[in-house]
Amino acid sequence: MRIPCPYCGARDASEFAYLGDATLTRPDPAAPDADEAFHAYVYLRDNPAGAHSEWWYHSAGCRRWVKVARDTTSHAIAGAELAGGAR
Amino acid sequence: MSRLPSGGRVDRARSLSFRFDGKTYRGFSGDTLASALLANQVRLVGRSFKYHRPRGILSAGPEEPNALVELRSGARREPNTRATVAELYDGLDAASQNRWPSLALDALSLNGLVAPFLGAGFYYKTFMWPAKFWESVYEPAIRRAAGLGRAAEGVDPDHYDKAHAFCDVLVIGAGPAGLMAALAAGRAGARVILADEDFLAGGRLNSEVARIGDEPSHAFAARTVAELASLPNVRIMTRTSVFGIYDGEYGAVERVSDHLATPAPFQPRQRLWKIAAKRAILCAGATERPIVFGGNDRPGVMLAGSARSYANRYGVAAGKSVAFFANNDSAWTSAFDMKAAGVNVTTLIDIRREVAPALAARAKALGIDVRTDTQVTGTTGQPIGGALTGLAIRTGGRGGRLAADTLAMSGGWSPSVHLTCHHGGKPVWQEDIAAFVPGRTPPGLSVAGAARGTYGLGDTLAEGARQGSEAAGDLGFTATRPDLPATEDTPAGITAFWHVQGSKGPAFVDQQNDVTAKDLGIAYKEGFRAVELMKRYTTLGMATDQGRTSNVNGLAIMAELTGASIMETGTTIFRPPYTPVSLGVLGGHHRGKDFRPTRLTPTHAWAAEQGAVFIETGPWLRAQYFPKAGETDWLTTVNREVKAVRASVGMIDVSTFGKIDLQGRDVGAFLDKVYINTFSTLAVGKARYGVMLREDGIVMDDGTTARLGPEHYVMTTTTANAVKVFQHLEFCLQVLWPELDVTLASVSEQWAQIAIAGPRARDVLARVVDTGVDVSNEGLPFMGAIERTVMGGVKARLFRLSFSGELGYEIAVPARHGEALARALMTAGEEFGITPYGIEALGVMRIEKGHVSGNELSGQTSAGDLGFGKMASTKKDYIGRVMAARPGLKDPDRPAFVGFKPVDPSQRLRAGAHFLTIGAPADMAHDQGYMTSVAHSPHLGHWIGLGLLKNGPARIGERVRAYDPVRGNDFEVEVCSPAFIDPNGERLRG
Amino acid sequence: MRYSFLSVLKNGFTGQSGWKPAWRDAAPKPAYDVIIVGGGGHGLATAFYLASEHGIRNIAVLEKGHIGSGNAGRNTTIIRSNYLLPGNEPFYEWSMKLWEGLEQALNYNAMVSQRGILNLYHSDAQRDAYARRGNAMRLAGADSELLDREGVRAMYPFLDFDNARFPIQGGLAQRRGGTARHDAVVWGYARAADQLGVDIVQNCEVTGFLTEGDAIVGVETSRGPIRAGKVGLAVAGSSSRVAQQAGLRLPMESHVLQAFVSEGLKPLVDGVITFGAGHFYISQSDKGGLVFGGDIDGYNSYAQRGNLPVVEDVAESGMALMPRIGRLRLLRMWGGIMDMSMDGSPIIDRTPRPGLYLNSGWCYGGFKATPASGWCFAHLLATDTPHATGTAFKLDRFRTGHLIDEKGVGAQPNLH
Repeated sequence: MRIPCPYCGARDASEFAYLGDATLTRPDPAAPDADEAFHAYVYLRDNPAGAHSEWWYHSAGCRRWVKVARDTTSHAIAGAELAGGAR
Repeated sequence: MSRLPSGGRVDRARSLSFRFDGKTYRGFSGDTLASALLANQVRLVGRSFKYHRPRGILSAGPEEPNALVELRSGARREPNTRATVAELYDGLDAASQNRWPSLALDALSLNGLVAPFLGAGFYYKTFMWPAKFWESVYEPAIRRAAGLGRAAEGVDPDHYDKAHAFCDVLVIGAGPAGLMAALAAGRAGARVILADEDFLAGGRLNSEVARIGDEPSHAFAARTVAELASLPNVRIMTRTSVFGIYDGEYGAVERVSDHLATPAPFQPRQRLWKIAAKRAILCAGATERPIVFGGNDRPGVMLAGSARSYANRYGVAAGKSVAFFANNDSAWTSAFDMKAAGVNVTTLIDIRREVAPALAARAKALGIDVRTDTQVTGTTGQPIGGALTGLAIRTGGRGGRLAADTLAMSGGWSPSVHLTCHHGGKPVWQEDIAAFVPGRTPPGLSVAGAARGTYGLGDTLAEGARQGSEAAGDLGFTATRPDLPATEDTPAGITAFWHVQGSKGPAFVDQQNDVTAKDLGIAYKEGFRAVELMKRYTTLGMATDQGRTSNVNGLAIMAELTGASIMETGTTIFRPPYTPVSLGVLGGHHRGKDFRPTRLTPTHAWAAEQGAVFIETGPWLRAQYFPKAGETDWLTTVNREVKAVRASVGMIDVSTFGKIDLQGRDVGAFLDKVYINTFSTLAVGKARYGVMLREDGIVMDDGTTARLGPEHYVMTTTTANAVKVFQHLEFCLQVLWPELDVTLASVSEQWAQIAIAGPRARDVLARVVDTGVDVSNEGLPFMGAIERTVMGGVKARLFRLSFSGELGYEIAVPARHGEALARALMTAGEEFGITPYGIEALGVMRIEKGHVSGNELSGQTSAGDLGFGKMASTKKDYIGRVMAARPGLKDPDRPAFVGFKPVDPSQRLRAGAHFLTIGAPADMAHDQGYMTSVAHSPHLGHWIGLGLLKNGPARIGERVRAYDPVRGNDFEVEVCSPAFIDPNGERLRG
Repeated sequence: MRYSFLSVLKNGFTGQSGWKPAWRDAAPKPAYDVIIVGGGGHGLATAFYLASEHGIRNIAVLEKGHIGSGNAGRNTTIIRSNYLLPGNEPFYEWSMKLWEGLEQALNYNAMVSQRGILNLYHSDAQRDAYARRGNAMRLAGADSELLDREGVRAMYPFLDFDNARFPIQGGLAQRRGGTARHDAVVWGYARAADQLGVDIVQNCEVTGFLTEGDAIVGVETSRGPIRAGKVGLAVAGSSSRVAQQAGLRLPMESHVLQAFVSEGLKPLVDGVITFGAGHFYISQSDKGGLVFGGDIDGYNSYAQRGNLPVVEDVAESGMALMPRIGRLRLLRMWGGIMDMSMDGSPIIDRTPRPGLYLNSGWCYGGFKATPASGWCFAHLLATDTPHATGTAFKLDRFRTGHLIDEKGVGAQPNLH
C-alpha cells in the first residue's frame, strides 16, 4: 500500500504508523457527560466497510500525522491531507 | 523419449552432466531437468502424495503436479522442486522424494491396495478410538507417511536480496502478447519492465512451430527480445516470477543464481522485487488441462502441448510411440508439429464425432491414424514403475486396444488468470472456449493474449500491441502500434469434455493429491458441494501446483453431479503467490545477527574495552555488567558494582533514554496536558519527574523533563517507549491542539548521556566541567538542570538526577563526544575508584530505591496502582484523566505497588511469582497479584522484590505466599515499603 | 449415521455408495426459538451446545455463504490455553478441556492433536513475564512448564541458538496445546448439531432485524424474514456491520490477519512454536505443510487480503528463528478479517437491545476458543446469565474500566 504523503509524495505504508479513525474529536473534558463522551471517543468505532478517514503517522519520513481517505474493502486511497492545517 | 537428431532451443555444443537418484546422465544447456530426463529415457520421476503411485512428467511448465524432486543436497536441499522448471546446470544433483526404500519399489505404494477404503474424508470418520491413540499411534504414522520432500539439513548458506523498482508499464509474461505489449510501450518511450518466469523469453513462440512474417516464431521472439534489450527504457527480467499483486505494488522473485551450482561470489541466490508500476499488462498465457480417465496418471501420460514443447523447444521425443487424446484442435496441431519434428506420432483419438476437414486431411497426409468419437477408457503399464504400454479405447460402444508408450492428452486450455484474482476478482466462465477468463481485474492491470482467452497467434500479437500502446498512451506517451506481421492462425475448435464415464481404474483429477473422480462423488453424496467445501473435503487443488491442472476438471465434474452450470458451481479463489516462493527471499538479509538493526550506545567501544558483557535490550546492545578478572558469576560482579556506587562513585551510559526537545511559547501548557502533574510552573534550570497516561487512563511512560529556558524544555522517556511517546506527543500537538506554539524534535541520537552516582559523584563532575562551572549543592541543587561546558568547551547539559538513590548527575554532551566524556570521567574518578556499572546494577539500585521501571509500566497499571495517585493534578485536565476515573480503575482492590522481602532471608525471590493469601487455595479466584521485579540487595544482604498486590499499601507488614510453581518455589514473603534504602532521600539531596 | 472404522470399511466394500450428507441443507422456517447468525465454528458450536446441553432444539444457524467460509476456515488451527489474566485464562482452559473430548462428543475426527505449544523468550524480562503467565495458568488448572535454553534445544535443536540477534533463552511450554483440523471442527459441529435437529441454513444473509419496540424479535434475511425468541450474533469479522443494523456501535475495528502455508514436507516441526523476538508462529499440518503467521497488517480492512510488509516481516522472523527453512517455499497466503476489540479480549454478552446477544471481539484468537465460546454463548442464550468462565467478557467493561488487556497496549486494536 502506498500512502500519498502530502509532504513526501507516495511512500510505502511500512514507513507509516497507523492509528485509526480520524473522524473522532476529543470531547470537552469539562462537559457534564464527559464520562460517556470519552467512553465513545476512546472505545467506540463506526468501523465502516467502505470509505474510512484514518490517521497515519509518517514516522520514517516527515513525522507528520496524515489524514488518509481510504476504502476498507478495496484499500483504494482517495486522498490524504496533513493534520492541523499548514503548520 | 530420446533426443531428436536436431532442433530445439538447446545448445548442443554445451553438454552438461547431472545426476538423478545417484545415476549420472547428460543433457544440454537450455534443458530443464525434465527435458533432460526425458532425453535420457527416464520416465518414472516421482511418487504421489497419498497412494504413492508411480508418476512421470505431465507437463513442461510450472503446472507440474508429478515430477517433483529434491534438488541439490545438504543445507541447499530444495524439496518439491518441479523438474519441469528447474534449469539444467553442470553438476545438478536431484533425487526423487516421498518414497522408501526406492523410487521403483516404494513400500507405501501398498496404500493403493487399500485405496477403496481411503476415500475422500475417510480420516474424519475414524481414528477416534481410543481417544488417546490419535497423538500416540495414528497421527505419528500419518505424519510420517505424508509430506513430500525433506527440508534442508542445515542453515541456508545462500544470501537473498531485496530491491524496489518503479516503471510505467509492467508486462508480465514474455510470450507473443507480452513481447508486443512491451515493444509498443517501449517504443513509445514508457519505462517498461518485462518479466518472465522462464529463462528463455518467448513463451509459446519457442514451443510451437509457426511462421510470423517470414521467420519462424522462435526467431521472431529472439529478434523482438533483441530490440527490446536495445531500448534504454526497457528492462527485461527473465527468471523472474511476478507472484502477487498487492496494493500499489507487484511482488516478484528473480532467480538470480538458481541455474548455477552455487551463486557467484557476492551474488544472492534470489532477489525479491517490489515493483510500483503505473500500469501492468498480464500476458501469462494459458495452461492445458488433462482429461480425467482411468489410469490417466501413468508415467508416459502427458499434456499434449507439453509433449510438443519437448519436441520443439528441447529437441526431445516424449516417447517412441505417441498417441493423442483430445477434445480440441490445438492437440491436433501439436501432433502435426511433433510428427514434423520426427516424433513417432501414431494415433489421434478425439472425443468429437467430427473435426475440421483440414485437420483430418493433414493427419491422413502425415500417416496418423485418426479415431474420432473415441475415448480412452483405461491404460496398461509396466509391472515396475508403471510406465505406459497401452491404451484401452472405446469408439461408440466398441472397445479396442492400442499400443503406446506415450499418451499426449488435451482437454482444452485454462487461461492463467491467477494474478487477476489477487484483489478479489472472480473469473468468469466463457462457454465457447470452455474456460474461465478474467473477471474484475486489480486496478491498473489489463490482460492480453491467452491469459484472457485469446488463443490465435495473430490475435494474441495484436492484442498485446494494442494494450501496450494504450497503456503508454494513458500515461501521456505518444504511442504508435507496431506493425503486425502476418501469421498463420491455427484452428481452435473445442467441445467441452472432462471425464470419461465408465473408465477402468482410478481416474485422477488432482494427480499430486490423488483426488479421483470417485472422491468428488463422495463429496457430492456427503453434501460438500460448494466449491470451497469440495476443495477442502477432498484436498483437490491444494497441492503445490494449486490445482493448475485440476481445478476446472474438478468443478466441471461437480457441476455434472449437481446438474448446475460451471458458472453456478463457481470457482476457487486464486491467492498469492502465483508460484511458490522461497521463504529465504521473502526474508532477505534479515536473518541471524542482521534480523534487526543493532543500536550501539556512544560509549560502546569504551565499554567493550572495559570488558563489558553486553545484552540485547530492544534494539540496543547495552553493557549488562563489567566483570573483573576472577569474577566468575554475574551476581558477584553486580554486587561489587552496586557497592562501589553506594560507597564511592560509579558511571553508566544512559544515552538510550528517549530525549525530546520541546520549544515554543506554549510548551508548559502542552506538558500540563500530557503529564498528570504540572510543568508550566517548573522554574528554568530545574527538572521534574513526570508521569503520562494514555487516554484510557493507564500509565504510558515516566521520566524527567527539564526546563532549560523560558520556552525550551527537554524531556526524557524510558528507552522502551521513546518512539511511542514521541509519536504520541506529535499526535497531541498536530491533531489535538494544533493551536499550541510548540515544536518537537527527537534528539535521542544527538546527545550522549552518562550518569554518575555515588557520594563522590560531585567530586568527579567537578573535574570534568570547565573552569567556573559551579556544581556545588547551591550551584546545581537536587533536580537542577543547567547548560554549561565540559572537557574544555564541549557544550553539555548537566542534570542532577538520581535513579539509584545516590547523589547523582547525568551529563549530556553531543553524541560524538560521548566516548571522550566516558574516558574523561574515568580519569577524573580514578582516585575515587570510579566503577563502570551496567544495567544489572542499575536495576538493583532502582529496585532498592523502589522506583518503577518497564516491568511495572506494563500498560496494565494506573497511576494509582503505582503510587502516583497524589502526583495527579486536580486543577487541570490532562490526557487520560477522565477515563482514569472509571470505577474499574479506582477499585481499591486493584493490585498496587509495594515491596517484598523473604521471610527466610536465604530465599531467592523470583519475578512472575503470584501472591496468595496464606491458607487460601492456589487457584485463580485467590490470586492476589504478582512480583514484578526482584534483585539481590548487597545493601541488605538478601533478595528484595517489588510487586503489585491487592490493596498492597494497606498490607505492609503482612505475610503472603509467593507462589511460583513453574520454578518450583512456594514460600512466604513480607509486604513492605518499596523504598528499601534511604526512604527519605537524604543521600540524593546531600 | 454413526461414523466408525466399520462404516469406513463397509463403504470401502460398497464403492463408497452408502454415505449421506453430513448435514441437511435446511430451508428456513418462519420462526425459531433461537437464531444464531453466523455459520462458523462459534455459531455452530453454540447451536450444538444449546441443543445438547440446554435441550433447545428449535434453532437455526444462518450463514450468508457456506458454513466455515469465514475465519473458521482461514486460521492457523492452534489450540492453547496459555493466557495471563483472570478474565481470560479459566475460559480458555475450559475450552481446552472441551477440545480434549471433542471427537467423542461429536463423533467426528477433528484431529485435535496435543503436540504442545512453546512460546520462546529472549530476555530476562520476557522470562519473568512468561513465569507470571505460566503461574497464572497453573492457578487456573492448566499445565505449563518454564524451560531454559537447553530445554528448548532438546525439543527443537534446529532453531537458531548460535547466531541469533535475540538469542533464545528458553520458553514457556504447554504440552496440552497443539492444533486441530479447522474445517473438520466446523463440519463436526454442523453434523452433530444437525443430528439434534438444528437447521443449518446456508446462503442466507441477514440484512436487518425485526423489532418490537426496543426488542429484537427476528431477522430480515436474503431468504425472507425469520422470527426468533432470541437472536445471537456470532459473526466475528463482521460484528460491527451486523450490529450496526441493530443500531449498536461496538468497541471494535476490523483488521486483516494474514496466514501462510508452505509446500508439504516430511515432518520437521512437531508442535507449535512462537517466536518471542518478532511476530511469528509456526506449526506443521498432518499433510506436511508448514502453517505459520505473524502480526495483523495493522489498518482497518474488510478485504480478506494483506500486503507485502507483513509477509516479509513474517519471513524474516521465520528465517531468524529457523534458518534452514530458506529453501522451503511459501505455497499460499490469505487474509481473514478479525474483530479486533479495544482491549484484545472477546465479548460474550447481552446487548442493550432485548433479545439480541453478542459473541464477538475474538481478535486473532477465536479458533482455540471455539468450543468454550459456543458453550458460554449457549449458556447465556439459554439462561440469560453468563457462564462461570466467561463472566468478564462484558460489553460494558469499557465503560466501567474492567478491561482485559493481556498485552497492555490500551485502546488501539492494531497493537493487540
